[in-house]
Amino acid sequence: MSSETKQILTTDGIPLEVSLKKAERKNKIKAFLLVAPLLFFLIITYVFPIGDMLFRSVDDKMVTQMLPKTFKAMETWDGQELPDEEVFAAFHEDFIKLVEDKREGKLSTQLNYTKNGFKSIIKKLRRKSKTFEEGNYKEQIMSVHKRWADVEYWRAIKRRAPEFTSQKYLKGMDMYVNEEGKIVSVEEDRRIHRVLWLRTLEIAFFVTVFCFLMAYPIAHLLATLPMKYSNLLMICVLLPFWTSLLVRTASWMILLQQQGIVNDFFVGIGLVADDNRPEMMYNKTGSYVAMTQILLPFMVLPLYSVMKTISPSLMRAGKSLGGTPFVAFWKVYFPLTIPGIGAGCLLVFILAIGYYITPALVGGASGTLISNQIAFHMKSTLDWSFASAMGLMLLSGVLVIYWLYNKIVGIDNIKLG
Amino acid sequence: MALPKYTEPHYRIWHYIYLTICAAVFFFLIAPLFVIFPLSFNAEEFLSFSDGMKSLDPDAFSLRWYKDMIYGTKNPWGLAAKNSFIIAIFATIGSVILGTVAALGLSSRHMPYKGLIMAVLISPMIVPLIISGVAIFFFMAKAGLAATHTGIVLAHIILGTPFVVITVTATLSGFDHSVTRAAASLGSDPVNTFMKITLPLILPGVISGGLFAFVTSFDEVVVVLFLAGLENTTIPIQMWTGLREQLSPTILAVATCLIILSTLILVTAELLRRRSERLRGINR
Repeated sequence: MSSETKQILTTDGIPLEVSLKKAERKNKIKAFLLVAPLLFFLIITYVFPIGDMLFRSVDDKMVTQMLPKTFKAMETWDGQELPDEEVFAAFHEDFIKLVEDKREGKLSTQLNYTKNGFKSIIKKLRRKSKTFEEGNYKEQIMSVHKRWADVEYWRAIKRRAPEFTSQKYLKGMDMYVNEEGKIVSVEEDRRIHRVLWLRTLEIAFFVTVFCFLMAYPIAHLLATLPMKYSNLLMICVLLPFWTSLLVRTASWMILLQQQGIVNDFFVGIGLVADDNRPEMMYNKTGSYVAMTQILLPFMVLPLYSVMKTISPSLMRAGKSLGGTPFVAFWKVYFPLTIPGIGAGCLLVFILAIGYYITPALVGGASGTLISNQIAFHMKSTLDWSFASAMGLMLLSGVLVIYWLYNKIVGIDNIKLG
Repeated sequence: MALPKYTEPHYRIWHYIYLTICAAVFFFLIAPLFVIFPLSFNAEEFLSFSDGMKSLDPDAFSLRWYKDMIYGTKNPWGLAAKNSFIIAIFATIGSVILGTVAALGLSSRHMPYKGLIMAVLISPMIVPLIISGVAIFFFMAKAGLAATHTGIVLAHIILGTPFVVITVTATLSGFDHSVTRAAASLGSDPVNTFMKITLPLILPGVISGGLFAFVTSFDEVVVVLFLAGLENTTIPIQMWTGLREQLSPTILAVATCLIILSTLILVTAELLRRRSERLRGINR
C-alpha cells in the first residue's frame, strides 16, 4: 500500500494494517505455544542427543588431554627424523603423571588404535621409567625398546594431536590414515564394514522389490472388491500390522527351522530329501522371508489408499477406446498408482535399511545388517564413538530418503491404518 | 469380481492366475500368525506338530505352557507384563497429551515454519530405531534416568508422539473451525471450548493415535534393550531373550496372548475409523 493513500483506521485510531498484523502475530504465538511443549521436549531428549552422537563420533580429546606437554613440544617437530630431547622430556613428564593416575593403560589402548605395537612398549616403559635418572630422556626412553627409537611410532603419536578426528568414519568404511597421512583402504579380507553396508542396501532393496511385487496385486484386489469382502480381507493385512514384531519373528523361527513346517512341507512333496533339509534360517533367506512378510503391510496400505481413489470407469474407458485390458492397465491404471508406489517403496526401504530385531534373530551371521553392527559396538565392544559414527552414516542415508519422501509424498500425507 | 460373460478365455485364465496370486499373498501374510495358536497347546516340548497333534489326539494338547507362563518358577512374565502395562499406559498418556496439543497448534493456519516443525516432530518415526536407541540412551545416561521406569516412559513418549500427531492432524484437517468460533462468541473460554467442543469431535483420532502409541510402547524392544535394567524388564525384552537363547513353548503361549490383544486393538481401531469416517461424512 502506498503511503499517499489515506490509511484506514480502526475505531481505536490505530491503522488497520498495524492492528491486523498484531492480531496475526498473536495467533502465530498462540499456535506456536501449543506446539512448543512437544517441540522442546523432543529437542532436549532427542535432537540434542543425536547432536551429541555427532560430537562423540569425532571427539578425540582423550589423547590430547593425556599428553598436553608432548604435543606442545611436538609443534615445531617436522616429523622427518626422531624428535629431539625436548619432546622426549615432555613425553616423560606427561607419562609419569599418567602412571601416577594409573591412566597409562588407556593411553596404550588409544595409541594402539592408531598403530599396532604400542601396548607392549608402553608397558615396558612404565616398568623401566621408575629407574630413570634425570636428564637425557631421549637416550633412556630409546633404550627401553627399539620401537621407541623408530620415528614411525613418534609420527603415530603426533597424528593423535588434533582434538577431532574422522578416524571413526573412515573405519566405518574400512579405511584408515596410513603412516604418510594418506587415506587408504584396509586389506581386502578385512573389509567387513563395506560388506555390511552393501548387504544392508541389497537386503533393503530386494525386500522393497518383493514387497512391491506382492503388495500390488492384493492392494488392487482390495481396492476393487465390494466393501463387504474387502473389509474382511483387509483384516489379513491389518492383523499382522498390529501384531507384535517379536511374535511375527517368532512364528517365522518356528516355520523356517530345520524341523519346521516349511521344511516338513518340502519333504512331504518330495522337493528335498528328509536327511538333507535346507538351512532356511540364520542366513540371508531368513532375513528376506521374515522382513518381507513383516514390512508388507507398509506397502499395501499406501498403495491401497491411492488405488481406492482411481475411478473404475477409467479402465472401462481405456478398454472401450480399443485397448486390451493389459494395455489399458499399463497406460491408464499403472501411471495413476505411481504416487502410491513411491510412498510405499520409500517407506519400506527406510524401515528395512534400519532393521535390527528380525535380522538379529533369524539372520544368523550372513543375514545381519548395519544396525546389528551398531548394537554390537554399543553393547559388546563399548566403542560408543564408533557406534555413533556408523549410526550417523546410516542416518544421513535415511535423511536423504526422508527428504525425497517429503518431496514426493509430503510428510503430512502419511496415512496410518 | 465376477467377470462379464463376453470375457475372452485367455483373460479369464489370467484373471484366475491373478486371484491365485492374491490368495497366496494373503496366505503368506496371515498364516504365520496361525501357526502359533495350535503349537502353544502342545503337550510336548517340541516346536513342531507332534504325530498326536496331527491326528487330533486330545492327549497331545494341554494348557501346560500357559500354566508355566503364569505359575512357572523363576517366572519372568509376571513382572514383565506388569512393567509393560505400566510403561505403556504412562507413555500413552504422555504421548496423547503432548501430541494432541501439538497437533492443534500445527493445524492452525497461523503456524509458522509448519513443514520444518512437522519434520522434527515426525522424525522419531522415520529415524531407524537403533539410532534413536543410541541417542536416547546417551541422554538418559547423562540425565541419570537409565534403568528407570521414568526413563523408559520418556523414551516411549518420544517414539509414540509422531503417531498421535499424524492421526490427530488428519482428523483436524476435516474439522470445521466455525464451531469453535461459535463457542467463543457464546462466551466460552478456550479451555472450555476445547473440552466441550473440539475434543469430542476429534476423539476418534485421539484414541486411534493413542492406540498406536500404546502398541508402539508395548511392542518396543530396541530402545528398551539399551535402557532397561533387570528391574525394568518388559514382555518384548523377555521374548527377545527367550528367542535368542531357546525357543520354548512358553513363549508361544505368551505370543498367543499378544495376538489376542492385538486382535482386540485392531477391532477397536477399525470401529473408531469407521465412526470417524461416518462423522466426517455427515459433516460434508
